Amino acid sequence: MASTIRVRATASGDTTEVQALIQHPMDSGFVKNAKGELIPPHFIQQVVIEHGGKPVFIADWGPAVSKDPYLKFAFKGGKKGDDLKISWTDNKGASDTLTAKIQ
Amino acid sequence: MRRFSGVAIAGLAVAVALLGAPFAMAADTPNPPADLKAFQKYFKDKFPKVKFEDFVNGPYSMDEGLYKQWKEKEEFPPYEFALDFGKELMAKPFKNGKTLADCFPNKGIGIRQDYPHFDAKQGKVITLELAVNQCREANGEQPYSYVKDEMAAVTAYMAYTSRGKVFDVKIPDDPRALAAYENGKRYFYTRRGQLNFSCATCHVQSPGERIRAEVLAPALGILNAMPIYRSEWSGMGTTSRRFTSCNSQVRAVPLKPQDEEYRDLEYYLSYVSNGLPISGPGARP
Repeated sequence: MASTIRVRATASGDTTEVQALIQHPMDSGFVKNAKGELIPPHFIQQVVIEHGGKPVFIADWGPAVSKDPYLKFAFKGGKKGDDLKISWTDNKGASDTLTAKIQ
Repeated sequence: MRRFSGVAIAGLAVAVALLGAPFAMAADTPNPPADLKAFQKYFKDKFPKVKFEDFVNGPYSMDEGLYKQWKEKEEFPPYEFALDFGKELMAKPFKNGKTLADCFPNKGIGIRQDYPHFDAKQGKVITLELAVNQCREANGEQPYSYVKDEMAAVTAYMAYTSRGKVFDVKIPDDPRALAAYENGKRYFYTRRGQLNFSCATCHVQSPGERIRAEVLAPALGILNAMPIYRSEWSGMGTTSRRFTSCNSQVRAVPLKPQDEEYRDLEYYLSYVSNGLPISGPGARP
């Protein structure tokens, strides 16, 4: 199975721009399926992005975030070739991690 | 009195001559190449600033703000996961060891522009979606749902590998093919539903204008971008999904996906977009 995470990080000058797409159903727990049963909540609770072992971005997400969420941010201090580690954990305890190189 | 009647008769003759012209045209035999020319000219004249190849980008070709947002989105397109999934499904062996790729020329790579086509043996229009499920059924597998998920992923992958190739839909010299084309054309221009809209009401008469918050896409090139990731659906959808949901939106009862009329409609719409490149899978608001 391919990773649930896609990352693209590009450094220009002293800032690094990071874009990420995460594959996740992000079920809020309020939606019913075709049979009228509630779809149990299943959403990402935390996303952490680390650069050189230090978190540069932490997001606490909830059920209001859309399916397959996309995020974009920039931070200072990244260099071309550095490792960027992105990981998420959801309310069911599942998680995924990916390490990408800054371009 | 005699003079008056003479004038009246002359007047009548003029009226007959005027009415006669459109009647004579309507009675003409179907002429797809002329339809194509007129169809494309209509859009070129209506949107002189839009580059011809840009019509495949639907609402983005019509609205500058949307175009900018889309360009940014395309750097990280929402259909990426579907592409990977589609590639996987194409290569995944069936129970009999064959794969979906085996059913298609060139293993399904770069062939999107040849669909739909008229199959003389089956005597009907074969769309890409129908071909995928015919392949699955012929190999003893369950067909995919026509509207989303696996079908959208497979067709997205096939469209992606065909990007830039121009639509090349042919109407063979077969009265059944011509009848299918005419049927699709009729469906396209027929009003239906509580709102009494035809496909053309929105996509020929009003592209570029808004229907609620959405910018309407031009019918020219609209299928080149299929399947699409729609933010509204928060997922992928096929041509079948687009047709059925369009019908529901005008409060008509949609047909079954891949119904004969829908296939004929796809045949007509694809034919009049001949010459435009495949741009699918697309991302739409």
